[in-house]
Amino acid sequence: MSLMMPKPEQAILDRRDDLIARLRDILPADNVIDDEEARRAYECDALTMYRQLPLVVALPETVEQVSEIMALADELNIKVVPRGGGTSLSGGSLPLEDGILLAMGKFNRVLEVDYENRCARVQPGVTNLAITKAVEHKGFYYAPDPSSQIACSIGGNVGENAGGVHCLKYGLTTNNILGLEVVLMGGEVVHLGGKHLDSEAYDLLGVMTGSEGLLGVITEVTVRILQKPQVVRGLLLGFPTVDDGGDCVAAVIAAGIIPGGMEMMDNASIRAAEAFQPCNYPVDAESLVIVELDGTPAEVDHLIARVSDIAKSHNASVIRVSQSEEERQQFWAGRKNAFPAVGAIGPDYLCMDGTIPRGQLSFVLRKMNELAAKHGLRVANVFHAGDGNLHPLILYDAAIPGDIEKAEAFGADILKLCVEVGGVLTGEHGVGVEKRDLMGEMFTETDLKQQQRLKCAFDPQHRLNPGKVFPTLHRCAELGHVHVHRGKVPFPHLPRF
Amino acid sequence: MSDVGADADTGSGTLAPTSEHDLVEVIKAAIANREAMAVAGSGSKRAFGHTVGAPRKLTTAAMTGVSLYEAAELVMTAAAGTPMREVMGLLRQQGQQLAFDPVDPAALYGGEPGDGTIGGVFATNLSGSRRLTAGAARDHLLGFRAVSGRGDVFKSGGRVMKNVTGYDLSKLITGSHGTLAVMSEVTFKVLPKPETERTLAISSLDAAAALAALRTASGSPFEVSCLAYLPERSAKDVGLSQPSALLRLEGPEVSVLSRRDSLAALVGGDGTCDTLDAPASESLWVQIRDGAPVAAREHAVWRISTAPTAALDVVSQAEANGAGIAAHYFDWAGGLIWLAVPASEPRADAIRSAVAASGGHATLMRAPEDVRASVPVFEPQPKPLAALNRRVKEAFDPFHILNPGRMVPGDVSETPS
Repeated sequence: MSLMMPKPEQAILDRRDDLIARLRDILPADNVIDDEEARRAYECDALTMYRQLPLVVALPETVEQVSEIMALADELNIKVVPRGGGTSLSGGSLPLEDGILLAMGKFNRVLEVDYENRCARVQPGVTNLAITKAVEHKGFYYAPDPSSQIACSIGGNVGENAGGVHCLKYGLTTNNILGLEVVLMGGEVVHLGGKHLDSEAYDLLGVMTGSEGLLGVITEVTVRILQKPQVVRGLLLGFPTVDDGGDCVAAVIAAGIIPGGMEMMDNASIRAAEAFQPCNYPVDAESLVIVELDGTPAEVDHLIARVSDIAKSHNASVIRVSQSEEERQQFWAGRKNAFPAVGAIGPDYLCMDGTIPRGQLSFVLRKMNELAAKHGLRVANVFHAGDGNLHPLILYDAAIPGDIEKAEAFGADILKLCVEVGGVLTGEHGVGVEKRDLMGEMFTETDLKQQQRLKCAFDPQHRLNPGKVFPTLHRCAELGHVHVHRGKVPFPHLPRF
Repeated sequence: MSDVGADADTGSGTLAPTSEHDLVEVIKAAIANREAMAVAGSGSKRAFGHTVGAPRKLTTAAMTGVSLYEAAELVMTAAAGTPMREVMGLLRQQGQQLAFDPVDPAALYGGEPGDGTIGGVFATNLSGSRRLTAGAARDHLLGFRAVSGRGDVFKSGGRVMKNVTGYDLSKLITGSHGTLAVMSEVTFKVLPKPETERTLAISSLDAAAALAALRTASGSPFEVSCLAYLPERSAKDVGLSQPSALLRLEGPEVSVLSRRDSLAALVGGDGTCDTLDAPASESLWVQIRDGAPVAAREHAVWRISTAPTAALDVVSQAEANGAGIAAHYFDWAGGLIWLAVPASEPRADAIRSAVAASGGHATLMRAPEDVRASVPVFEPQPKPLAALNRRVKEAFDPFHILNPGRMVPGDVSETPS
């Protein structure tokens, strides 16, 4: 565990009792957690390899309380780490020894469902799935569906710009929210967007989404809800090679078909899933593609025929079309179990999250197998193939000394490979602490400094979730300097018109 | 371009860098001299926003060319100054289109369709009729390169669809009207053009019933891509004989026809249903997208974004406040209202107070320059938000040299010592 976090400030640690007393002035006594046993529940999120006890846990229930806490943190110069459902895979809500952990779990109400305007106002602690549950009796749903949707909160989804299997057609969180209420460092409350589209001034709604808790604390979210499609059907396709599967995915998209979801698994994942819970996957296939098509009955029938033809022309050895909802669910069962299934053979695994241009899929998979051999570890692959988002699962054994480090080094190599072929470090899990030190692979120092200047506009003292996303913290005053030589004008060589 | 060939030394010309490197030089010199610049692409939307009172003009129009177009990967990369004509032409050759539906400015401001640049499309984030289902420009800018008001080249995003690495500066730069940085290159999503389209036109409904029908249709599973209602006058201006609720369906023919039938059964009941064939449908939606039904006369033009259910209230309240509405129509199932009002008196207060009651914003899309100098073109922001916006501006352009005052009148810094 070589992760470097900002050094705890002794002056703050010394004032802990004072801080707790001040928090108890703002919150009911039970909502300020200071004893070690109870704080233990918050020491990590879903990236469990990093743990840290927070200085204190605060559980606000109203926006006024959040505002007062943020004003207090500003006054006392204390760091704040916001936390939603605690399901981040990148350590986005890893606590700080000298910071308040602001847990938003008590903001758990659906405030308004407005079917005519196709939106819902919800508090940030409402789980992703609970939004769909609240509107499905009228035939509506909330589209982004990260695999942790039963537990992850919508506030956390906004913070991380969460995706899911259906974002190929329906977009990420950022494309599915209309408005936010945000408490800024210092306690100011601002409203971004609303029930209308394309608000003016800078798109701070867009900037807040995916900002990983570094810019403000979200206290309310207005989400777009969609009418459920009339029909949803699946195809299960098996291919003799990885290339055939990858080429088929590309051909479907190139043919102008945007499926509701298009997922791919390699042979290692197929076998792991089948061993975990038999789901009738073709274990001899080198790649398996699940295509989900939704829409009106006529359209879905039409598209199933087209996708089947494309699969045939790419040497598919298995083509199954779901004939019932039960069968469609069965196609998904193995994919949905992929992580625990791989965990069962692991015994531990590290889940990566790079995105690559689809055309690079075969090349990246070949290289990944070479890297596996180099690091002496196994890897199983599941992908959101339609949008090029890879989830290589690196298998290791935490009980073997040095295995964690080997897995981390292998993971870093995979992400560097993604960037090399024109991709990115993270498609949907966020940078957090996990990929923080790899940011330099994708961004120049200038790029990162410009991002941090944006941070300074929101939080000039770096009090909000410091130590995440950026490998190096620059003081805002230092970032403000401009180096330009005075007095030059010319450009005689520039065309003018 | 009209403003031709001023002398470099007088500082009054238009600078047209041909490369990102030259763009950096231009901006660094402007910083050194603390000299603000009016930044534009081709200038096709010059009459939109506040006029920038800067002596120098900077255009990206000489930075052109599509450097990457992978149709099968649904992605294109182009220099910011690449004309829309060229972008759309390349897409058409491959049977594709942009993933979003930008307004072409020709109907509002003159010039020819396609005159604008791809950089200008992102800088202004003006969404057309497909907005409800397709998203805005801001939803489909995958990555960009730009030069900040500090003279730094920086990039954000990438060329892949799914990316959460670092802050989403693509959202921030989209709609920033050249006030944060000057884009040099943009990478964006494209999509296959639907196989065909039809428009279901329902007439003989009153406005309230027509708008209710649009909302029902937009909440139906029949994937209506555009939903507009044109009252009598604006309907006539686009060649429709009756006030009409218009529902656009796109996709494979078999699907379009079955959805049309389902929709007619769902919302057509009390009205008269007609179907526009593909060519008629396509040309009608170009006009609706671009504001043509209110742009023809010499009126000032507003665009109001609000909750769809508020549409009628906003219009009647604005009228009651004395807005003097000459023509209007509704897009986005009522969430977008286009208004034409007398050019000399755009009645901003009458309109904005009507919108405030329902939530949303009003944008003065077109008005004479002297009118725009006296009325905020964009919805004024509440104080804490205005202050935050200013801090964001200064994080990118600390000396306010890029398009100062274009979004917020008077938003210029004191001259640094």
